[in-house]
Amino acid sequence: MTTTVLRRVNYLNVKYGVASWLLTKDHKRIGILYLIVVAIAFLLGGIFAAAVRIELTTPQGDFVSADTYNALFTMHGVAMVFFVLIPAVPAILGNFAMPLMIGAKDVAFPKINLLSWYVFVIGFVFTLAAMVLGGVDTGWTFYTPYSSVYSSSHVLLTGIGVFIAGFSSILTGLNFAVTIHRMRAPGMTWFRLPLFVWALYATALVQILGTPVIAITILMLAVERGLGFGIFDPRLGGDPVLFQHLFWFYSHPAVYIMILPPMGVISEVIACFSRKSVFGYSFVAFSSLAIAVFGFLVWAHHLFVAGISPYSAMIFSFLSFAVAIPSAVKTFNWTATLYRGAIWWRAPILWVFGFLGLFLIGGLTGLFLASLGLDVHLHDTYFVVAHFHYIMVGGAIMGFFAGLHYWWPKMTGKMFSNSMATLAALLVFVGFNLTFFPQFILGYLGMPRRYHVYSPEFQVLNVLSSAGASILGVGYTLVACYLLHSLWKGEAAGANPWRATGLEWKTESPPIPENFAETPIVNEGAYEYSKREVKVA
Amino acid sequence: MPNGLVAHADPHARGHAHHPALQHHFQTLGQQHEAATLGMWIFLVTEVMFFGGLLMAYLLYRVWYPEAWSEGSLELDIVLGGVNTVVLIASSLTMALGVRAAQTGAQRATVRWLLLTMSLGLTFLVIKFFEYKHKWDLNHIPGANFRFEGPHAPQVELFLSLYFGLTGLHALHMVVGFCLLAVIAWMAHRRRFTPEWYTPVELSGLYWHFVDIVWIFLFPLLYLVDRARHFG
Repeated sequence: MTTTVLRRVNYLNVKYGVASWLLTKDHKRIGILYLIVVAIAFLLGGIFAAAVRIELTTPQGDFVSADTYNALFTMHGVAMVFFVLIPAVPAILGNFAMPLMIGAKDVAFPKINLLSWYVFVIGFVFTLAAMVLGGVDTGWTFYTPYSSVYSSSHVLLTGIGVFIAGFSSILTGLNFAVTIHRMRAPGMTWFRLPLFVWALYATALVQILGTPVIAITILMLAVERGLGFGIFDPRLGGDPVLFQHLFWFYSHPAVYIMILPPMGVISEVIACFSRKSVFGYSFVAFSSLAIAVFGFLVWAHHLFVAGISPYSAMIFSFLSFAVAIPSAVKTFNWTATLYRGAIWWRAPILWVFGFLGLFLIGGLTGLFLASLGLDVHLHDTYFVVAHFHYIMVGGAIMGFFAGLHYWWPKMTGKMFSNSMATLAALLVFVGFNLTFFPQFILGYLGMPRRYHVYSPEFQVLNVLSSAGASILGVGYTLVACYLLHSLWKGEAAGANPWRATGLEWKTESPPIPENFAETPIVNEGAYEYSKREVKVA
Repeated sequence: MPNGLVAHADPHARGHAHHPALQHHFQTLGQQHEAATLGMWIFLVTEVMFFGGLLMAYLLYRVWYPEAWSEGSLELDIVLGGVNTVVLIASSLTMALGVRAAQTGAQRATVRWLLLTMSLGLTFLVIKFFEYKHKWDLNHIPGANFRFEGPHAPQVELFLSLYFGLTGLHALHMVVGFCLLAVIAWMAHRRRFTPEWYTPVELSGLYWHFVDIVWIFLFPLLYLVDRARHFG
């Protein structure tokens, strides 16, 4: 009433009401829709993880039964992998930011973009239904013949949920690949693209080539379980190890669906907060493609103890080592970008520092597991659990939070509390290390994964791990609190609060519905920080 | 990317900036056409990978159990399979003629060719149905209704599982294609396509040809495993 200033139209206030959101074709709104569903899945997955950690504070199985425990860790994995890690950065941040970053009005296929969200939600509902009915206990890997014959839990329903959600990922990848090829603004050449866009492009290739394979694999599992067809059934001469091959043909590259987009985020944030151009731009860009390509050639390192031929094992071991090269190229280039940069200590870069440390440990311990001899000792122990959580949570989720903090002012037009965000980044970093570092030691000492009882000598380290998990939980809760708080109490962000380069910062915050008043024309690279005023407040 | 079409679409698009089919987020009809075509090709790549998983299983077991594959293949009806192959190839021809008709603005011919393609597709599905029914009568349905004599019976069941998996998935794609063409034929009937913009016709054609090509692979892989020896 008292304000006389006319409200400017942006994508959030252009229309109100539930229908205007559920029928939107605006990529920015679809990004927000994904954020809501992924946040629910993250909360659910977190609750399952908390239950697992509570059970493991004592060596006896006293909190839940063995069957319930199996269901808990399975549902933790299913919720986190398929409904958080895979969509988090591409579908939320990519959807919101990528068309802005290339100077487009929208993605190439806005209706398919909305469809992909609905497909995702339907898949999530099936999976939720399975969880409510008692869950699934096969592990998120659904290995046959346990999943196809013996398990009495809701394998089919969960499988259908994952199958459906997979098509959401395929459609997002397809949409992004076409968008990056065909929708770039005039002057936005391939080598002027922000590295986040390169990372999304590489991710799209993996989504396009990998996801259909998991879809058909789950379908084969479903007809075997549901109709009694024999495909992996040893009684008919079928091969359960074939299931593992097909499963990991997607699910290993899926790791790169999870980690490549956060790597792109890291490049954006590092350049902005060290006020420098990314060191070795083209190497970082091509390393994304190299990771996507190599990522398809390493799946059998999950099968070293499944009885595969030692010759193929040696080749897969070698190729697994080779993936470390493009990953290291990125890490070294980021470090070189930071070197002698004018580092601006704001929340997004703290999450990036967290990422760098945790990804380094996660990546290097991956080499332990890629070594044929050592893997025999470490396979299916807590060492593996610690390793992939360092990549998935320490890498992908830290990277997601870096991006969420970086683009939050653009998404909402509001600034969050920097001190709170600093505290949260610190809590998550400390909590994460306390949770998962002990698990490396536990695994090395021989504690197997996926059991709800363990030998008493492992208790101290398990208690440390559970204590860390509670700190981690507090950290994540804090993030949710101050971000939501910023929505109505946050200061107005202005168009470019980080003084970043990049087209998304040239439009208003929140952006207008059609992104730009006029189609931008690009005449410089993505990170021309050196041409600008270096000093920041 | 068919170059002729791109070159064809671009100059027209500039002349008709407000073409009714142009969506707001594209600059030109040419850009819209290129985006849609690229999207369709990428979709077909995902389809190749989708069928690829099943073909991988087929390949592995064929190498492991050549005798069972030979026996199982001989159980299939080569006449019905052969007729269906001809029917599908003919439908690809009528589809291509339909796209050509849309490209030249022959609206009624477009509808005619599309309807003919759909009826050929339906013929395929009807023949396939009788093939499946025959398999049921012979107790050759894996899992539910399977009886087979001989030392390789379990592996023949494996073969028939893959037969039903591959042809079933293919038939499902035919049904989708049929519905797609029904929509496209209706749009053509309503005169929604012009020589400047007939992208949906072209893309449905791509899809139809793809499903056709899948069958061209499935027919020899499933029906002709070891026929030569048994004819000779």
